[in-house]
Amino acid sequence: MDILLLVPILAPLAAAVLAAGVGWRRLSATVTVLAAVSVLVSGAVIGLHIESGARFGAGHLLRADALSVTMLVVIGTVGTLATWASIGYINAELVHGHTDRRGADLYGVLVPVFLAAMALAVLANNIGVMWVAIEATTVATAFLVGHRRTRAALEATWKYVVICSVGIALAFLGTVLLYFASLHTGASSGNALDIDVLLNHAGQLDPAVTHLAAGLLLLGYGAKAGLVPFHTWLADAHSQSPAPVSALMSGVLLSVAFASLLRVKSIVDLALGTGFLRTGLLIVGLLTLLIAASLLMVQTDFKRMLAYSSMENMGLVAVAAAAGTELAIAALLLHVLAHGIGKALVFLAAGQLQAAHDSTAIGDVTGVLARSALVGTAFAIGLAVLLGLPPFAMFASELSISRALAGANLGWALGAALLLIVIAFAALVRGGSRMLLGPECPGAPAIVVPVSVGAALLAGIVLSVALGLTAGPLSQLFHTAATQLGATP
Amino acid sequence: MTEGSYTGVLELAAGAFLLTAVLVVWRRELQAIVVLLAWQGVALAAIPLTEGLQQGDAALMTVGVVVLVLRAFVLPFLLARAVGTEPCERRESTPLVNTTASLLITAALTVLAYAVTRPIIALDPSPATRAVPAAFAVILIAVFIMVSRRRAVSQAVGFMMLDNGIAATAFLITAGVPLIVELGASLDVLFAVLVLGLLTGHMRRAFGGTDLDQLRELRD
Repeated sequence: MDILLLVPILAPLAAAVLAAGVGWRRLSATVTVLAAVSVLVSGAVIGLHIESGARFGAGHLLRADALSVTMLVVIGTVGTLATWASIGYINAELVHGHTDRRGADLYGVLVPVFLAAMALAVLANNIGVMWVAIEATTVATAFLVGHRRTRAALEATWKYVVICSVGIALAFLGTVLLYFASLHTGASSGNALDIDVLLNHAGQLDPAVTHLAAGLLLLGYGAKAGLVPFHTWLADAHSQSPAPVSALMSGVLLSVAFASLLRVKSIVDLALGTGFLRTGLLIVGLLTLLIAASLLMVQTDFKRMLAYSSMENMGLVAVAAAAGTELAIAALLLHVLAHGIGKALVFLAAGQLQAAHDSTAIGDVTGVLARSALVGTAFAIGLAVLLGLPPFAMFASELSISRALAGANLGWALGAALLLIVIAFAALVRGGSRMLLGPECPGAPAIVVPVSVGAALLAGIVLSVALGLTAGPLSQLFHTAATQLGATP
Repeated sequence: MTEGSYTGVLELAAGAFLLTAVLVVWRRELQAIVVLLAWQGVALAAIPLTEGLQQGDAALMTVGVVVLVLRAFVLPFLLARAVGTEPCERRESTPLVNTTASLLITAALTVLAYAVTRPIIALDPSPATRAVPAAFAVILIAVFIMVSRRRAVSQAVGFMMLDNGIAATAFLITAGVPLIVELGASLDVLFAVLVLGLLTGHMRRAFGGTDLDQLRELRD
């Protein structure tokens, strides 16, 4: 059974090797979709037996608990939608001359490598290996962000690589300090960074050194999760990437980085009590919400608008993590999954709008609902998910997060967060309704939807509605994850 | 190696490590900066080599050799190639902070590094740990270089110095991280520098230079 833990990592890697061999073809692209599906399926199968505790694989290198399973489900679901849509998206880019054969080949290799790195990040037992995997996502996505090779794309890539590498380097320094503290609790050098060992010895970690390490880890993984102060790469990278990559970065990468932070939190809370990271997460979470809400108000570019909406959601997730109760963590995980699917929908729809108009200005793209039923509906439903409207899942998760914050005596944080969410809500409604319902420009181009993109959009709509109606066995999984992370009931 | 000479060599290496960082702040010729970075790599590799020799740890010495090859030769070579194809851009453009102020800031950052690292030394007051402030100072100076320089190559140098500083910290306080992490981290850094090198080339073709002040299309 341990071999099962290798599937989510090896399946995408195999797809990458195939793509490197044969280039961008229907075959390699389809195999990549299958690899993403196998991440989802293996995650679900591992999840069947996860309540009894964590499982180990590949010696003691890999470890799966309910958080890993949750994140594998997120990676698998959004990954399937995004890689499926990639087929039509990249073929259209090739036809329009926005990319060339070599660009398409590179895309075909890097996307599955990106998926494999994220799967490794959530399955690694060693927090050093987890760090290596997160940094590997930066390397894998660099040329995906710069896919179009325009000036703006290069600028976004440079900022992305430099800011994320510096941020994540701080997380490495934090990891080194945690290793140092762990060695002094008597752990052997081979396993002092293993999550199970750290959890067992957390009570003996030197508090002063752990404070320093925790601060650095919060800043470092926060950089990849789009949190203040290293958030400045996010809007540029999300707006310049090809649409399926934006969907993956926004819907999955941010939350995978945040899951790393949750792991660190479960260790640090045992060593220092919950106070230290609660304060840290509240500060970065609320500041992130503030920046996202204020920039959403002045946004005229729809891909940047969606990017700031991701920042807003990560800010809220950070505030929820600060509350740290079982209710808060379970709600946060539902929020992450619902946001992933919703963001995939809007970004994939936005990709077709960008392809049709060759522009990402809100003012250039109006009357979408009247012009294309599928893209319009997908964008509208995705937006409704992100706005937290019932019956979609983010309504339930935001309600639970509010209750959890009130229950944790963080009423003031709840008030501040709600105010900022209302501002962001208004800004999203304004931008979204103008695009969907605004007066149609005469001579507006036809919105073409390739078959695979259409299929992915339909699947995304179905998933969003289904998750809104019932989270089913998932809610049990989220609560198990919260308990395993040491959340208080 | 006697205890005294071990401490001496370690302190010399840490001192040279910090000195190269200060010299990078002082110099503006890109070629000279890359050479200094290579010397910093040598000073960094000296730390695990000395510790390995002292403790008779063959694995640590092997890591030291890998560090030497990677950080004193391969990475600076990759950067030197990026500078070499840049005939009109061999110097850092007018700095945001002048040299005197930069050196004063460097001194302040070094003092700060001593303050920040006190808990580390308190936990394990060994000769190696006592040298940690030098490594932390390099980390802080590297961040300062990244925010105050405007050439793409200078930012790449800052990133590599940051990484050197973190590696030095790891060698000084824990005799290096576990091998699998060390290998993974080195590979990541190598790829990151390769990506930055390739990007420099793309940017030069697109912008006609690598002055990062030209990166201002994307803003809110």
